[in-house]
Amino acid sequence: MNQIFNIHGGIHPPERKELSNPGRVIDATTPSKLVLPITQHIGAPARPIVEVGDAVLGGQMIAEAQGPVSVPVHAPSSGTVTAIEARAVPHASGLTDTCIEITLDGLDQSIAYEGVEDWRAQSKTLLLERIRLSGVTGLGGAGFPTAIKLASDRDKGIHTLIINGTECEPYITADDTVMQCFAQQIVEGSEILAHIVGAQTVLFAIEDNKPEATDAMRQAAAALDMAEVVTFPTKYPSGGEKQLIEILLNTQVPSGGIPADLGVLCQNPSTAIAVRDAIIDGRPLTHRITTVTGMSLNEPGNRRVMLGTPIGELLAHAGFHAEQADRVLHGGPMMGFAVTDLAMPVVKITNCILAPTRSEIPPPQAQQPCIRCGMCAEACPASLLPQQLYWYARAKDQEQLERHNLMDCIECGACAYVCPSHIPLVQYYRSAKGALREAVKEQVRSDNSRGRFEARQTRLEQEAAAREAKRAARKAAAEARAQAGDDPVQAAIERAKAKKAQQEESS
Amino acid sequence: MLDVIASNPILLALAALVGMAILFGALLGYAAVRFEVEGNPLSDQINAILPQTQCGQCGYPGCRPYAEAIAEGDAINKCPPGGEDTIQSLANLLDVEPEPLNAEHGIEAEPTVAYIREAECIGCTKCIQACPVDAILGAAKLMHTVIADECTGCDLCVEPCPVDCIDMLPRKSGIQHWYWPLPDGASRDHLIATDRDAEQVAA
Repeated sequence: MNQIFNIHGGIHPPERKELSNPGRVIDATTPSKLVLPITQHIGAPARPIVEVGDAVLGGQMIAEAQGPVSVPVHAPSSGTVTAIEARAVPHASGLTDTCIEITLDGLDQSIAYEGVEDWRAQSKTLLLERIRLSGVTGLGGAGFPTAIKLASDRDKGIHTLIINGTECEPYITADDTVMQCFAQQIVEGSEILAHIVGAQTVLFAIEDNKPEATDAMRQAAAALDMAEVVTFPTKYPSGGEKQLIEILLNTQVPSGGIPADLGVLCQNPSTAIAVRDAIIDGRPLTHRITTVTGMSLNEPGNRRVMLGTPIGELLAHAGFHAEQADRVLHGGPMMGFAVTDLAMPVVKITNCILAPTRSEIPPPQAQQPCIRCGMCAEACPASLLPQQLYWYARAKDQEQLERHNLMDCIECGACAYVCPSHIPLVQYYRSAKGALREAVKEQVRSDNSRGRFEARQTRLEQEAAAREAKRAARKAAAEARAQAGDDPVQAAIERAKAKKAQQEESS
Repeated sequence: MLDVIASNPILLALAALVGMAILFGALLGYAAVRFEVEGNPLSDQINAILPQTQCGQCGYPGCRPYAEAIAEGDAINKCPPGGEDTIQSLANLLDVEPEPLNAEHGIEAEPTVAYIREAECIGCTKCIQACPVDAILGAAKLMHTVIADECTGCDLCVEPCPVDCIDMLPRKSGIQHWYWPLPDGASRDHLIATDRDAEQVAA
């Protein structure tokens, strides 16, 4: 058994996980229409390859990856494309983005899936291409294209694969349920992942508040020699990959680095299943397990949902009392964001839809001045100085923010949770991080513009100099001729005279 | 001579000081020639802060001339595309008080990008000549187009266009460019709870 270690800070918010009854998967209703955003991942948007009026089958690719960091989108079920237009998408901004709407025919026909036979014998490039074409992204929340992560990490040399079943955020039990119900598939998927990146060890990391999942994973993992199930005490945010690595391996991912720098790869259990489905069954990512929970629902639980299902329909299926709910959250209570439009669809990163009552999660209280108590610094799992960052974020002092390692903030919200002045600290950091990223982009842009401007100036100067040189040369030549006495006009007159004289002579 | 100096401490001190002055003067003079920096390093640093739109709204033909003017002591608040952030950075660099943007030169606006309505373009090449960063592609009597990624949004191409077919569109829009705004809670940041309540009642 591996020794486990502790991380700095962390909090213990009420878990409320039993509400969604982990361990049981409910099939969600089939909606009449699906809305599939072309951007459900980090990276370039996919490009639609169907047109309005096209008939599509389940599993058919409807938008292809555009550029290296991008993943395709597939139709979850059969029907007709009825719109390709801007719709509300699950995003903190509440903005719209291009979506493909499919009106389902209810037949649920699909294309013939063809898995890879004997994947151990296939080249890793082929397996990666399969994963990419199946639209697999990280299903834990960030949505980074899995094939890219695997390909770039493989080059760095991975020795340990961690399947991150921590699921430390309150309310959410999707990973817990997946581990209880599909342990075998997770192990198969992990084997494929380990094979691709060349890992020698697979660790299934689970918090000790999920004993059923731990048992199920232990049984399934017994067949795999290099696998081990590790449990550790429940604490938020142990599930952050950098935090988890510290808990399991007692090493810290360097500032600005990624786990692959230490030879570690983290994947979510659902992602492992998606990889398994893509390789063994040849099935693209079209469904996911989502926790639908909150006290305003009659029947909270984990549902197997078609991607593109409107959140409103999913809630209705769970017996939603809109009058009790203050707001609906996409994601958990710590890191989620408010759903502004119930027509927003479930996407690849939707691990939870939370519809709490007003008393369950009260609205945020008015912000009061910072009293410099330092509780935020004690809670910060990244060992940052939240208080200093707060002042700098308010002052928009990007130099100091960078110097205080703002970019290492994992936006877990532990600081805001413990703040006795109810300062929404994490909001300041999110904003400041966005501004910092934007500033870096602008700097690149302006450096580029400066180069182009200077190149143009040089070109104009060269052209002017060339013109000037030409004129000077012409002028010099004319002067030289004049000095030598061969005036072209005089010469022509003399030629004419000579010719005339010749004619007179001959006549 | 030496005896006179040695016996007179004031003269000794004087001689020592004059000797040191000559020595260090020579040293500094040599260093100034030997390690001379070409150009003005300060104007380079200023130029790095300016947004490089090359729009000329400051009254100078481009960002570098303005950077040189600032290094010579011109006001730092003449750059509308850079806005408050640029003024703040310049104030930090030059250790002067930041001033609000001088409205004579324009107001801070969202960054834009030029867009040519291509059906209307007659191919006169006037905008190509006006573009300070060579971001417009085209040839005489052929349609022109803007390379959006290279366009600085300076709008110098709009004026020369004889058929008015160039629009300035906002550059940043959509979900890819969005990031969280700062919480507005800062404005309600009052110490006395009763004040806050009164404000909430009024609101």
